[in-house]
Amino acid sequence: MQPFRVVNSVVTPLDRANVDTDQIIPKQFLKRIERTGYGEFLFFDWRREPEFFVNQPRYQGSQILVAAKNFGCGSSREHAAWALFDYGFRCVIAPTFADIFHSNAGKNGILLVTLPEKDVDHLLGQASHHEGYRLTVSLENETIHDDHGFEAKFSIDPFRRYCLLEGLDDIGLTLRHAAALDAFETQHNEKFWLTPRA
Amino acid sequence: MSKPKTLFEKVWEQHLVAEPANEPTLLYIDLHLVHEVTSPQAFDGLRLAGRKLRRPDRTVATVDHNVPTTPNRLIIEDAIAAKQIDTLRKNCQEFGVELYDIQSPNQGIVHVIGPELGLTKPGMTIVCGDSHTSTHGAFGALAFGIGTSEVEHVMATQCLQQSKPKTFRISVEGELPSGVTAKDIVLGIIGRIGNDGATGHVVEYAGSAIRALSMEGRMTICNMSIEAGARAGMIAPDETTFAYLKDRGFSPEGKAWDNAVAEWRQLQTDPGATFDRELLIKAEELTPFVTWGTNPGMVVPITGHVPGPTESHSEAERRSFNQALTYMALKPGTAIEDIAIDRVFIGSCTNSRIEDLRAAAKVVTGYHVYSHVRAMVVPGSHHVKTQAEQEGLDKIFIEAGFEWREPGCSMCLGMNPDILQPGERCASTSNRNFEGRQGRGGRTHLVSPEMAAAAAVTGHFTDIRQWEYKGEEVLA
Repeated sequence: MQPFRVVNSVVTPLDRANVDTDQIIPKQFLKRIERTGYGEFLFFDWRREPEFFVNQPRYQGSQILVAAKNFGCGSSREHAAWALFDYGFRCVIAPTFADIFHSNAGKNGILLVTLPEKDVDHLLGQASHHEGYRLTVSLENETIHDDHGFEAKFSIDPFRRYCLLEGLDDIGLTLRHAAALDAFETQHNEKFWLTPRA
Repeated sequence: MSKPKTLFEKVWEQHLVAEPANEPTLLYIDLHLVHEVTSPQAFDGLRLAGRKLRRPDRTVATVDHNVPTTPNRLIIEDAIAAKQIDTLRKNCQEFGVELYDIQSPNQGIVHVIGPELGLTKPGMTIVCGDSHTSTHGAFGALAFGIGTSEVEHVMATQCLQQSKPKTFRISVEGELPSGVTAKDIVLGIIGRIGNDGATGHVVEYAGSAIRALSMEGRMTICNMSIEAGARAGMIAPDETTFAYLKDRGFSPEGKAWDNAVAEWRQLQTDPGATFDRELLIKAEELTPFVTWGTNPGMVVPITGHVPGPTESHSEAERRSFNQALTYMALKPGTAIEDIAIDRVFIGSCTNSRIEDLRAAAKVVTGYHVYSHVRAMVVPGSHHVKTQAEQEGLDKIFIEAGFEWREPGCSMCLGMNPDILQPGERCASTSNRNFEGRQGRGGRTHLVSPEMAAAAAVTGHFTDIRQWEYKGEEVLA
């Protein structure tokens, strides 16, 4: 996974609450067996609207998306994280995120930043009203700032931060505990009632 | 005496592989359910890294999301869907995973077949690359949906990195009024706490109204836990659970069964155990519910009206309201019973089990589907379909004008050809009313199987509590 340290980019506003993963990547694109190439289908139904951000030159190349609460709710499809990443987003800022999406984003090098609603509203306003509005997101310092005096601290689970900073593969990390896993599995297997095969 | 524990804590503690400092807990996974949509990239990841699938014997696969539900479905016209299904076949063969393929008698929606085959058992940890894995919590298992990276992680290690969720007990006490179902309990809960009301929590459903439910009803409730944002939903196992599991294919037998039941009886929340949150719902106050908007928290009683934004809503909430009203083409103040429908879908991992089909068949017996309505029943599995046919339910549906289809996820998410056309309005027993979920521009209203069946007959939402049943003796 691609490490995340600092991103400085134009900010894309998406002023909607409860953006579900069905909207981020509709079901017809889940039939593919690849992990890449989903960016062109990001927000497939909403991008039909001419005003939608993907159709506005001012947001091209943006790596930071700001949205309202409960972003990523619904289906567990990791395709939502793949589509955001493939489109170019490295960071999503919102007041709250749904749990499964939160986990999926972290495993794909996307930083999710939780900020209070009033800060998010401020950023949504700035990004909508000021063309070329940029933010700098530093995972190393756990800060966000613009060039006009806005600055906020955020916090993220230390382990998730470490993995994002280093771009670490979860499976490799888990396999450091292979001995504990073998030992656990040996005694756990004896509990016949947990073994699926009768 | 040891500290009193919740059901969740007991299952969690029995699966701790390691608790490294400053890292998430490693949780052992007993059962990994796999389907065609969220697995190909995970299998590919194993291959790329030269890793094996650690426990094929704890992994079971089926095809459900993409499969057509028409009789001649062995030939799949959608080439991309066909390739995805074929990829699952090849992967299962290469990695030694049992696959219940299209023609297998065990095929069906992954959350229907797990319980009906006896794979799902109390006290287990169960995962699947599908958010409705919460369904299996109805048996006192800790079951939750995961993304594809985690699917690969479980394949490689049989465990997951997990942070410990918070706990939330929702007690539903009292007797459910007639016509009010498990679906209405869970819609009522989501309406009350909101579609993100349980984010970060594992919910335990308790109380006399939950205890009185069948396993099918309990599965409906746990299934929709994710629609309130919960990590998982659980219900403590009891005699109803044991009676359901007895003699299922993968259930233990003889002395092993007795030992298992003795263990399962321990899986109760201890008196005095505490939860991070608690909520009490009075069953008597519940009604049949209908969603009006574009998330499952946007729900009102059948006797209610389409709500509008009010002074008490924030500006953001007002915007969400208006977006939902526009998408759904509804005006505030419209009586729910005055909303006409075009389609009816009875199916999905929420409501496609035998009891759901019986309940819907009972409503439509002696009636016919309304003239312009197209209605379909999609059983959750081959076993459900066979049993329904043995009971004559298929004939009741067909005589009433319903389509009787082959098992799969079907129009719950419309990955196969079963979709709504733009602008069509559907009474659906599924779990999500998101924009475009059942087809681009389609408008979904979530209801119980009984309410969906009644709407099919009258052509609009209808209070099932006033229904005149014609065929009780047929289905005695």
